[in-house]
Amino acid sequence: MKFVNGDSKRLLIYSISPAVLFLIWEVCARSGLLDQRFFPAPSTIFHHLFFVSPEEGIVTDVIYSVYRIFVGYIIGCTLGVLLGVGMGLSHALRMTFYPLIIVTYPIPKIAILPLIMLIFGIGDLSKIVVVAIGSFFLVLMNTLHGVDSLAQIYHDVAAVYKITRRNFVFKIVIPGSLPSIFTGLKLAIGYSLVIVVAAEFSGADKGIGYLIWQSWETFSIKSMYAGIFVIGVLGFIFSYTLDFLERRMVPWKDKK
Amino acid sequence: MFAPEHPQIACSQLRKRFVNKGEMLTAYEDISFQVQPSEFVCILGPSGCGKTTLLRTIAGLEAPSAGEMLVRAVQADKIPEIGMVFQEQGLFPWMTVYNNLAFILENNPNFSRREIPGLVNEFLTRVGLEKFAGYYPHQLSGGMKQRVSIARGFVTRPEILLMDEPFVFLDFQTRLHLHALLLSLWQSYQKTVVFVTHDIEEAVLLADRVIVMTARPGKIKEIIDINLERPRDIFAIRHSQAFLDYIQSITELLKEEMQLTEIE
Repeated sequence: MKFVNGDSKRLLIYSISPAVLFLIWEVCARSGLLDQRFFPAPSTIFHHLFFVSPEEGIVTDVIYSVYRIFVGYIIGCTLGVLLGVGMGLSHALRMTFYPLIIVTYPIPKIAILPLIMLIFGIGDLSKIVVVAIGSFFLVLMNTLHGVDSLAQIYHDVAAVYKITRRNFVFKIVIPGSLPSIFTGLKLAIGYSLVIVVAAEFSGADKGIGYLIWQSWETFSIKSMYAGIFVIGVLGFIFSYTLDFLERRMVPWKDKK
Repeated sequence: MFAPEHPQIACSQLRKRFVNKGEMLTAYEDISFQVQPSEFVCILGPSGCGKTTLLRTIAGLEAPSAGEMLVRAVQADKIPEIGMVFQEQGLFPWMTVYNNLAFILENNPNFSRREIPGLVNEFLTRVGLEKFAGYYPHQLSGGMKQRVSIARGFVTRPEILLMDEPFVFLDFQTRLHLHALLLSLWQSYQKTVVFVTHDIEEAVLLADRVIVMTARPGKIKEIIDINLERPRDIFAIRHSQAFLDYIQSITELLKEEMQLTEIE
């Protein structure tokens, strides 16, 4: 019960600063300080979002984007954790993959989008693949860091008590790397959102990125803001969910 | 009493060298001593004298550069049954107190699944933490965590228990209580204990023999028999003249070593 309480309190505190921002914006727009053609008042945007956008199919766009993020993210993160743990534990794997990874890691994933569309077509698959690639690198790097920085003492305990290899991996290395893995997961979810929207700008006929691009082309400013607002909300939900999972799965983080 | 066939631990002419930033350093050298079954031995020395490295060598975590280390008459790297208690953070933070102990037993082929809960509860009760089985280490105080560590050290009933300054981060009161607890466990289970510390009082309070080491590189300066009564009432014995005499003579021994380390 205490747990739920702390969570709803956090949610309440989290909503204070956005609410204040919206209030200032509203006042500025209504008073004419802001040009409503470019900066419509939040109330106008919300009205548009809740009463006009659904007619225009925003729900479908959101479902498409979330679906692409979700599938790509899960695949990318799973592979990232697996290879990260593998490289952390096996010298051979590290020597094989590390050079490839440090060369490919800094390439902006958007830069290879045309190539990916060439290979995987312009449908969902190319978006899923580019999200997966983006998530993969962030989670891989952080997982590897987590395995590498696992305290020496855990290795010692494992050696003294002859912990089996299997238990060492699953009961010591992976849980011990969870704080770092979560850092990767959190970075990757934000990045996935960026990538999916960028990918949908070009070569998509559904999705939030498509909606924003379309609104720009038709000078439908309110729809554009509706799309941007939805991205913000999605980002908030994603990081809130990951924070929640982290507190449950890594309760010892930042504590002695 | 029968003369034991082998001492529990026998090292002769041990030396450990390692290279650090291109420089050859000697952690310890000329180390020869034996530890008998059920004996409580403290290795005492200033910080950086290689006492922890020596303990890690006994544990089989590091190989000596020269000399021979026999633990229960086998080479140290094929060590049979030992337990080890570390300074701190040696417990797995993602496991409950119960699982920290059970995990060690599950990985030991000498214990069947069925006897694990009984053993874990027995030792948690001995250290007074049976009610905390479901807690995570971060929910416990430093003293309670080290109680769990001690329970984990004893739970496999190892012949030899190695302890690396386990109480160094605890306050004085907590420490005294844990000293008393450790001695009572040692008395009931009759294990051989090698205990590393830089605290003279702690060494005299606990040990049958104190191995006093010199500053870097660590050598054995002297081995002192502590002839204080057993079982010891550590709260009373701390004020006895015999105890104070031991403290004084070891302090004298270590004085010049401590000055040496300070200059560095």
